[in-house]
Amino acid sequence: MNTNRVIEVDYLARVEGEGSLYLEIENGKVLRVEVGIFEAPRFFEAFLNGRKYYEVPDITARICGICPVAYVMSSSKALEKILQIDVSDEVEQLRKIIYLGEWVESHVLHVLMLHAPDFLGHDSLLSLAKEQPDIVRKGLVLKGWGNQVVRVVGGRSVHPVSCRVGGFHRVIRKEELLPLTRDLRRVEGYAKELLEWVLELPIPDFKRDIEFLSLRNEEEYPVLHGRIVSNKGLNIHEDEFEECLTTEQARYSTSLRYRLKGRGPYVVGPLARYNNNYDLLKPEVREVVESHGYKAPLSNSFQSIIARAAEVYHAVLELEELINNYREPKQPYMEGMLCEGVGAAVTEAPRGLLYHRYTLSEKGYVVNVNIIPPTSQNLASIEQDLLALGDKLVTLDQTRAQWLAEQAVRNYDPCISCATHFLKLNYVSKEHRHTE
Amino acid sequence: MRKLKVAVFKFSSCDGCQLQFLNMEEELLRLMDNIEFALFYEARRFAEPGPYDITFVEGSVSTPHEVELLAKLREDSKLVVAVGACATSGGIQALRNWADVEEFKRQVYPRPEWIEVLKNAEPPSKYIRVDYEIRGCPVSKEQLMLFVLQLLKGKTPSLPVDSVCLECKRKGNVCVLVVRGMPCLGPVTMSGCGALCPSYSRGCYGCYGPMADSRPAVLNKRLKELNIRPKDIQLLFKQFTGWSKEFRGVIDEYE
Repeated sequence: MNTNRVIEVDYLARVEGEGSLYLEIENGKVLRVEVGIFEAPRFFEAFLNGRKYYEVPDITARICGICPVAYVMSSSKALEKILQIDVSDEVEQLRKIIYLGEWVESHVLHVLMLHAPDFLGHDSLLSLAKEQPDIVRKGLVLKGWGNQVVRVVGGRSVHPVSCRVGGFHRVIRKEELLPLTRDLRRVEGYAKELLEWVLELPIPDFKRDIEFLSLRNEEEYPVLHGRIVSNKGLNIHEDEFEECLTTEQARYSTSLRYRLKGRGPYVVGPLARYNNNYDLLKPEVREVVESHGYKAPLSNSFQSIIARAAEVYHAVLELEELINNYREPKQPYMEGMLCEGVGAAVTEAPRGLLYHRYTLSEKGYVVNVNIIPPTSQNLASIEQDLLALGDKLVTLDQTRAQWLAEQAVRNYDPCISCATHFLKLNYVSKEHRHTE
Repeated sequence: MRKLKVAVFKFSSCDGCQLQFLNMEEELLRLMDNIEFALFYEARRFAEPGPYDITFVEGSVSTPHEVELLAKLREDSKLVVAVGACATSGGIQALRNWADVEEFKRQVYPRPEWIEVLKNAEPPSKYIRVDYEIRGCPVSKEQLMLFVLQLLKGKTPSLPVDSVCLECKRKGNVCVLVVRGMPCLGPVTMSGCGALCPSYSRGCYGCYGPMADSRPAVLNKRLKELNIRPKDIQLLFKQFTGWSKEFRGVIDEYE
């Protein structure tokens, strides 16, 4: 077999946004990896300047159609720090409900529609549906239910309208939420079945030493708050996050990328949360996972689909409690004190840590912004995975090698629209590329 | 019946409008009896070449590369349908059209010289003939579905033309503008969302863009009478559909 080759994907499929992949292999070793982002830059940080603080969550929601709630929440919490708003417990619980709804909808989208077809040799959900209609139908019901949670609290599932700095525009009544519980036994059953189905997938064997970063608090599986911790001893407050990072720009990418100063590439997302907070997952979830031998920590990126499916089941169970225990807040939102200041906040988007920092003028206009989405944090690590996968890639024929490389990128559920604010693969020989 | 060969393609955007196809969930599987996604990178690994019966495009056109792709898609498609605020009015990216994009590059990127973009983010209709426009940030999946079903039945698709106000009245909402004095773009914004924002006790922020025959200047006058700061009136119009011709008129008054 020819061990010198180039793997090139011009348009990465089943990811959100536009990206490409370029791999150069010589004498059985991966020499160069480039995960390119050619999604057009969208300049959010620039045009947020001059906007009024209350417009920010609606605008940042537009960074991503798949995880708008995450953008609403990180930006709201950062601004609330400046305006000295401490939201009520009731509002906090409602935020968790809409956020976990987004986890379910976004995770099932990835597990079933974008990722699982790879493991089973299908090119899309639609071809998978012909072979396994039962699990596909159940997964779609589950995804629909997650969307319904977001819709009930937020008005619509893409770019919800009810959230604002300080809370919600109006009180969401308990009777609006209760219809969500009508079908809950069935939905819980489907979430468990989806996890069991994922645990049976043929997952490629692969291992790498990775630093996993996520939020952690001692009370609950993290969503809206906690300290930023890693499996390698990092433990910092959200205000210190930016100082711990180096920012890089690659010639072949419109997305910036990040490393931990003095530590290197790291990974955020479901696998990181799962590894760092396994003890806080619902016991029912751990029981299913452990019966298949997938206890934490997991250091195989291809197993991220397990963490994602485990989080879906966890989120459904947690949503049941949150909805049943929900008490309507006395007031839908709190007004803050307009003042000059800087505020930063991190929440757990479906794809991992989402950092926002704002500076406001004394009249409440934005004067400076930094937004660090999960996918841009994972880019350096995605390339490390591809490098480490080199031994495998050279043993496969061109078509299968290309597919596996794409799959390695999809492990991260990359959200390229977010990151520019990722992939197309051609497989050509190195010689051919050079003569072009 | 022959299946319709459909392409779904994105330009600069958040992916939210093409996601609405996947958000059809169970209905999506039924729809697949009549249509085939020949090109849809978010959902499928393989892309089939054109010609396509219908091409849905989301996003605004903001790089030279996108202009080329768009022209190619137009050639390959019987119908081109622009979906969502970005594809019908430039969307949120178009906020840069009032600024110096070179300066924006410097603000966001350590190496601005590596970034190639056009001066303006524009809707596809600026560059090619577009057959239909379905509005919204995001488009409503019900509207998308109805559109496809109408085409399948051989009908000329019908889309809303009236304002959000009418939907509000039908829902029996109390007017947030008249009764509560809240700034609201409902009177000049195209219906289709079900008067979502007023139903959640807030003013409409215009994500469906101007209604047919809208008179934003009249609303502008009313907002001034409410003593809203001129800059804040401008910001209200200058959001997700601000680059539309009608809203631009008001925005430029305050520039």
